[in-house]
Amino acid sequence: MLLRRVWPSRPAFENPFAEFDQLRREMLRVFDAVTGDGGREISAGVFPPINITQDDSNFYVRAEVPGIKAKDLSISALRNRVSISGKREIPQDNEHVSYHRKERAEGAFSRTLTLPGEVAADRVEARYSDGILALTLPKAEEAKPRQIAVAT
Amino acid sequence: MFKESTRDIQKVEKGSVPAVPEQTRPGPVYTPAVDIFENDDRISVLADMPGVKAQDLKIDLRENVLTLSGHVAAPESTNEASFLREYDAGTYFRQFTLSEVIDQTKIDAKLTDGVLKLELPKLERAKPRQITVKTN
Repeated sequence: MLLRRVWPSRPAFENPFAEFDQLRREMLRVFDAVTGDGGREISAGVFPPINITQDDSNFYVRAEVPGIKAKDLSISALRNRVSISGKREIPQDNEHVSYHRKERAEGAFSRTLTLPGEVAADRVEARYSDGILALTLPKAEEAKPRQIAVAT
Repeated sequence: MFKESTRDIQKVEKGSVPAVPEQTRPGPVYTPAVDIFENDDRISVLADMPGVKAQDLKIDLRENVLTLSGHVAAPESTNEASFLREYDAGTYFRQFTLSEVIDQTKIDAKLTDGVLKLELPKLERAKPRQITVKTN
């Protein structure tokens, strides 16, 4: 906190490992170029990037899927697995344009996640807003932590 | 296996940019992926900024420099424990220098499903004109 106030314009102080992280990515890129197989990191190279969190009663899965219509997303949950698949299409507005940059990718994707516990598949909720897909997966009764009262 | 996956979208790692002097918020800064294309009367910019809400998005055009910035607040509540993390919330920031003269009064911006669409109409005098050659 104090550091932030003293050096407000130097984020390196907040995350001293940012540069190492950057270096690691650069190294991986070099490796990819050498081996030529597009080798991937455990978490990178897949679309969409996903975060999973949990609290006592739910698992939460959030994915960054900008520019996808909700109807093009398909989600299924069974026991402790969740699958998210879909397709991103970038509409071509008109033909007579010249591109300066084309960085946004389109295509199909599919990911299956294994959660550390079973979910109540019939009560899964999915919401899509601002390009983020948010799933709330209630834990199955047997997967919930139980408070055990100690008898005296 | 890898050949097959070329049809799928590859996740592009959110690129971090070095410290930007304007940045006043703590946290990582990401470069949004963009498509930029132009035709005779407008330049269009499409930028992927998942998680940004319209009120947190700033678009600024001055001296031919277009600046996009948007802040995303972490959606997790405090009692959630994380066990897979592939992206982080932060600030999106990107600047472009535009070569054409833009009609600043007619800029149109739309944010749908995390994608910003900017329409920058060119000024009348900057549009190419077809000149017909008269013959006698």
